[in-house]
Amino acid sequence: MIPMMFFISVICFVITELQPGDFISQYLDNPRISPAQIELLRKNLGLDEPAHVRYWNWIKGIVTRGDFGYSFAFQRPVGELIWERMGWTVFVALGAIVFQWILAVPMGIYSALHPYSFGDYSLTVVGFIGLSIPDFFLALILMYLMLQMGATSVGGLFSPQFVGAPFSLAKLVDLLKHLWIPLIVVGMSGLAGLMRVMRGNMLDVISSPFVTSLRAHGLDEKTVKRHAIKNALNPMVSIAGTELPNVFSGTIIAAIVLNLPTMGPFFYNALLNHDQYLVMTFLMFIAIITQIGNLFADIALAVLDPRIRMS
Amino acid sequence: MQTTKSRIAKNFFKHKLGVIGLIALSIMYLLVIFSDFIAPYSYVTSHRNFVYAPPSKIRFFDEEGNWRGPFVYGMKKVRNPVTYRLEFSEDTSRPVPVKFFVRGEEYRFWGIFKTDLHLFGVEESSDVAMVLLFGGDRFGRDLFSRVLIGGKVSMTVGLVGTLISVFIGAIVGALSGFYGGTVDVVIQRFIELLRSFPRIPLWLALATILPPQWPSTWVYFGIVIVLSLIGWMGVARVVRGMVLSLREKEFILAARVSGVSNMKIITRHLIPNTISYLIVVSTLSIPGMILGESAISFLGLGIKEPMTSWGLLLKQAQSLSELEAHPWLMVPGIFIIVAVLSFNFVGDALRDAVDPYRAVEKV
Repeated sequence: MIPMMFFISVICFVITELQPGDFISQYLDNPRISPAQIELLRKNLGLDEPAHVRYWNWIKGIVTRGDFGYSFAFQRPVGELIWERMGWTVFVALGAIVFQWILAVPMGIYSALHPYSFGDYSLTVVGFIGLSIPDFFLALILMYLMLQMGATSVGGLFSPQFVGAPFSLAKLVDLLKHLWIPLIVVGMSGLAGLMRVMRGNMLDVISSPFVTSLRAHGLDEKTVKRHAIKNALNPMVSIAGTELPNVFSGTIIAAIVLNLPTMGPFFYNALLNHDQYLVMTFLMFIAIITQIGNLFADIALAVLDPRIRMS
Repeated sequence: MQTTKSRIAKNFFKHKLGVIGLIALSIMYLLVIFSDFIAPYSYVTSHRNFVYAPPSKIRFFDEEGNWRGPFVYGMKKVRNPVTYRLEFSEDTSRPVPVKFFVRGEEYRFWGIFKTDLHLFGVEESSDVAMVLLFGGDRFGRDLFSRVLIGGKVSMTVGLVGTLISVFIGAIVGALSGFYGGTVDVVIQRFIELLRSFPRIPLWLALATILPPQWPSTWVYFGIVIVLSLIGWMGVARVVRGMVLSLREKEFILAARVSGVSNMKIITRHLIPNTISYLIVVSTLSIPGMILGESAISFLGLGIKEPMTSWGLLLKQAQSLSELEAHPWLMVPGIFIIVAVLSFNFVGDALRDAVDPYRAVEKV
C-alpha cells in the first residue's frame, strides 16, 4: 500500500508537470505585468525551483505536516478546499449508488426469474440505453425537459433563494426537487452493468443444486427465492467497493454541466488554471479512494461469505 | 477453422440486437466515409442569414396542396412583436426545390480530387434559401454537415484507439503470461497502479497535456493516444490469463523443442490464439472510447474548432438559454447514443457468439 501510494504520487506529479506552461503563464500575455514581476511571482510560488525539488517539498509536506500544498488560484491550502467540497460530492455519489442499486437489483432479479421474456429484453435494452448515453448529454436532456415543463431553476442543488439559507424543511424539499437529476445522470451509466451482473448471478444461483434441494424439501417458492437472492447478492459486494471511486469520478462531468457544488467543476478549473497542487492532490485522493474501496470490498466479501473466509 | 467461423457467424446472427447494431453501424460508417459528398454544405462556411436557423421543413405540397416534389421555402427574418427577437419565418412566396446531385461548394473528395457535386441541396444562393436538415449553429453553419464531418472523428477515434490499446495490451499481456516470474509481477503491479486511477479524471488530466497550439490532426492523434493509454490494461489482463493456460499446451512445447524463438512463439503462436477474444474485447471497448472522446471534447479539452466532433458540437448546447432557444443543437447527442448503443449490441452479441463461457468480462 505505501509503495503504491508513492508511485501514485509520482504519476500525479509527472502528469501535472507535463502540462505545457504553469500557473504563471496566464500572466504572460497581460501587458500590465512586467517580466520582472512574473519572475518575482514565480519565485514567490516556488515555481522557479527544479521539478524534483518541488516534488520532494510536496511529499515532505504531506508526510510531515499533512499539508497537501497550496492552491495558487484560491490562495488557500489545498486540503481545506477539497475538504469543503467533499460533503456534497460524497452525498451525490452515495445517492447515485443507492439509486442504482435500488433499481438494478430488482431489475436483475426480475430478468433472471423471467429469462428471455419480453420484460427481460426490455430491461436489457433500457439498461443498454442508459449505458450508451453520455452523462453530460443526459444532463442536458433532463434540464431541457425541465425547462420545457416550466421549471425556472434547473441545475445546482438548490434554488437561488435557498443557497445561503439556514437549514429548514423548505430547503430540504427544494434540495430533493433538484437532487433527482444528478442522481439519475450519475447513476444511469452504471445501472446496466449492475443489472447484468445481478441477472447473471441470479441465473447461476437459481440453477445451482442447493436451490433444487430447497425445493425438494418442500419449501415454498417465496422462501426459495429469498435464499437464492441472498446468495446472488454476495458477489455484488465486491462491485460495491469498486463502485464508489467510479461514481465519484462519474460526478465530475455531470457536476460541470449541472453546476453542482462538488469537486468536479473544481478539478476541471484547476486543470485549466494549472493549479498544480490542487490537481495532484485530487488525483491522489481519487486513487486512494480506489485502493480503499478495493480493500473494503475484499473485507466485506470475507465477512459475508464464510467460504472465502475459510480458504 | 471454417466451421468455427460459421458457428460464430450463426450464433451472432441469432442475436437480434446485435444484427440491428451491425446494420446501424454500417449505415453510420457509410455516412462518415462519404460525408464530404453527402454534406450539402462545407462544415466551415458560415452563412450569416442563417444564424441559429431552425431545421428546414422539407415539403412536398405547396400552399394549394399541389404536389411539387421536395422543396423548402426561403427564409425571412421577422421581429417578434412581443419579445422583439428576430425570428425566422418561411417565405411562402419563394419555394426552392431540393434536388439530388446538385453543384455546390467545392471540396476535395477524400482529399484526392476536386469536385463540387453534392448528394442533395438547393441551387439557390445561401443568402436566400438553404436546406438545413438539423438547423444552423451560431455562425450559420449547417449542423447536418457538421455532424457528418464530426462523425469522422467520433466514429474513428474509438477504432484507432482500440487498435492501439489492444496492440499494447496483447503484447504486454503475452509477455507477462509467457515469462511469468519477476516480469509478470512487475507488469501486474504496474497495471494495478494505473488502474487505481478512475478513467475520467485521468483522461481529463492527460488531455490537458496536449499543447493548445497543435494543429487539429495532431490533437486528434493526441486524443487517441490518451484514450488508448488507459484502455490497454484490461486487455493485458485477459490476454495474460489466456496465455498462462496456453503456454502449457503441447503445441507450444513442440514449438520450443523445434527451436522457435520466444518472440516468435509469442507473436506467431500465442497471440493468434487469443485473436477471437481480442476482437470481442475491442468491440466492447470502443463505446467507452467514443464516450471518452465526446466527454473530453465537450469540456473543450479535446478536438478544437474549426474541426469538430459530436462531443464538441454538443458543447454549444451547454448553456441553458441556448438549449431552450435552439433545441436542435442537441441532435449530435443522438448520434453518439446510436453509435455507442450499436457498438454495445454488436459487442454483446459477439461475446455471446465467440465466448459462450464468458471468459472476457467487461473490460
